[in-house]
Amino acid sequence: MKQKQKTILTAVALLVVVGLLFVAERSLNPYYQRILNLCAIYSIFAVTFNLIFGYTGQFSLGHAGFAAIGAYVAALLTLSPAQKAVNFFLKTIISPLANLEVPFLFALIIGGFITALLSMLIAWPALRLRGDYLAIATLGFSEIIRVLMVNLQSITNGALGLKGIPGYTNLFWSWGCLAVCIFVVKRLVDSSYGRAMAAVRDDEVAAEALGVNLFKHKMMAFGLSSFFVGVAGGLMANLISTIDPKVFLFTLTYQIVGVTVMGGMGSLTGSVISACLYTIFLEALRPIESQFTIGSLTVPGIPGMRMVIFSFLLLMVVLFYRKGLMGNKEFSWDGLFRFFKRLLPKKNINSPGGGGS
Amino acid sequence: MTPLLEIQSITKQFGGLTAVNNFSTQLVAGELCALIGPNGSGKTTIFNVITGIYEPTDGHVIFAEEDISGKRPDYITGKGIARTFQNIRLFKGLNVLENVIVGKHLRLDSDPVSAVLHLPKYLQEESDMRKKGMTLLESLGLAHFAYDEPTSLPYGLQRKLEIARALATEPKLLLLDEPAAGMSPSDAEELMAFIQHILKTFNLTIFLIEHQMRVVMGICPRIIVIDHGEKIAEGDPEKIQNDERVIEAYLGVVDHA
Repeated sequence: MKQKQKTILTAVALLVVVGLLFVAERSLNPYYQRILNLCAIYSIFAVTFNLIFGYTGQFSLGHAGFAAIGAYVAALLTLSPAQKAVNFFLKTIISPLANLEVPFLFALIIGGFITALLSMLIAWPALRLRGDYLAIATLGFSEIIRVLMVNLQSITNGALGLKGIPGYTNLFWSWGCLAVCIFVVKRLVDSSYGRAMAAVRDDEVAAEALGVNLFKHKMMAFGLSSFFVGVAGGLMANLISTIDPKVFLFTLTYQIVGVTVMGGMGSLTGSVISACLYTIFLEALRPIESQFTIGSLTVPGIPGMRMVIFSFLLLMVVLFYRKGLMGNKEFSWDGLFRFFKRLLPKKNINSPGGGGS
Repeated sequence: MTPLLEIQSITKQFGGLTAVNNFSTQLVAGELCALIGPNGSGKTTIFNVITGIYEPTDGHVIFAEEDISGKRPDYITGKGIARTFQNIRLFKGLNVLENVIVGKHLRLDSDPVSAVLHLPKYLQEESDMRKKGMTLLESLGLAHFAYDEPTSLPYGLQRKLEIARALATEPKLLLLDEPAAGMSPSDAEELMAFIQHILKTFNLTIFLIEHQMRVVMGICPRIIVIDHGEKIAEGDPEKIQNDERVIEAYLGVVDHA
């Protein structure tokens, strides 16, 4: 297929997606909208985790903590002074924060930057470690962040959490941020810097011998990844409108790792597909956590049953389908056509449906 | 003439073990010099000290009139020392051409932001990189495999690719760690001819490690022999072959009991 045709197809697909988002934003009920928003937020989590682990090879388990920073910063910057006064009834909020209120866009960006900054501060010593040791160190830091949030009551309102965060997040914000995130990450990993990161992942010693500054490239991946994690955290805070430190338990990190592995390490397409499927399935499986009856057998509702199924799926992927949904392949029109041709060997396919963004 | 590389009595100890003891030598520009010795005699340790993977316990490495001992490996590569590894260390996730142009990354001028935004300057640099990489692959007879996975290449070509990748960093000094390891005698001979070829075409100075004396006898005008971390002989192949201590190190002491 010619390049020009592909460009047109991509443009059409993007328009279709934007159109669909518009329709969804207008007419879909809030519950479904919320699921679609969560799809985008989890996609950002998965894409950023892919950048740091799939492309750069650094097994960092700090995502939950970093998301918490972004979420709290965005929440504190978007809450109105009156709402803050209501929230902080045990201990008053420190003075500069009490009257600060900025537009959502700035809140997200500031949240992203602060997350990136703090995560790089953590990464500075932690990135000297490799493999499992790095994972343990970042996991520890992530928990430290959460514990700090419980105890810094005059900033975060402690275990009480923040309530009444304005629900600015809509489908355009969440999917827009995802689009920017994918664009930046994809462009970076395809650039010379991305090749250097892949070199670091495949063989640190050889990469260094070829003149790749290990520390600089790991920090770059870490910083960029954390920036978007922070943004996604902000989106999440302004979507669910109530956050407390428990939202950002390390189980969130494990979910992100699981989603990314199921999508395929080194495939952004896989990350997005897997994150969407995960979010939707998790909602669809909600009934099994309440009481249900099979024939004459009545199963009592067991909270957390969904996670058992999720763990089982993850186990299956790790055992039998190591490469995940997409392996390290990305979406391409040629690939899509080949896929359809394989599905329908006899027929001639001329008009494809809308693709992913 | 000042030497390109000057190793001033380096010592490297790992805990109580002295891997290299008081080793000194000099290499002048354009030279092809071999470092040989039995297994575990400290050859690779010397390379690791030169390239900054290890910091010497004692002594200095002077390259192009700069003390590089204890500097970071990527800094040293930037100064003009490239190396290959005894056990092949190619990047499995990148294709052959990409493996080579990773070596060009340190000469990249554009920052990550212009790389992400595809600013004209970056695109120019990227296409230059690819062109230079292709030219390099062509001159080494690897162009045909440019878009293949490196692990799909036969063993001998993987070795060549490692050399190509090192050459991409535009070195003045090339360190080859057992380039002929695991090769048949005829392949090894061909590789040695290839090394002589790149020495001239790329204006290099080459310091190479070899395990088997036979392989380097024909092509290296100067050979250094080490055993147990210490230099035991240095000179032309003929002198080395007849040196008592070298024969002792390789064949063992004759027991007169």
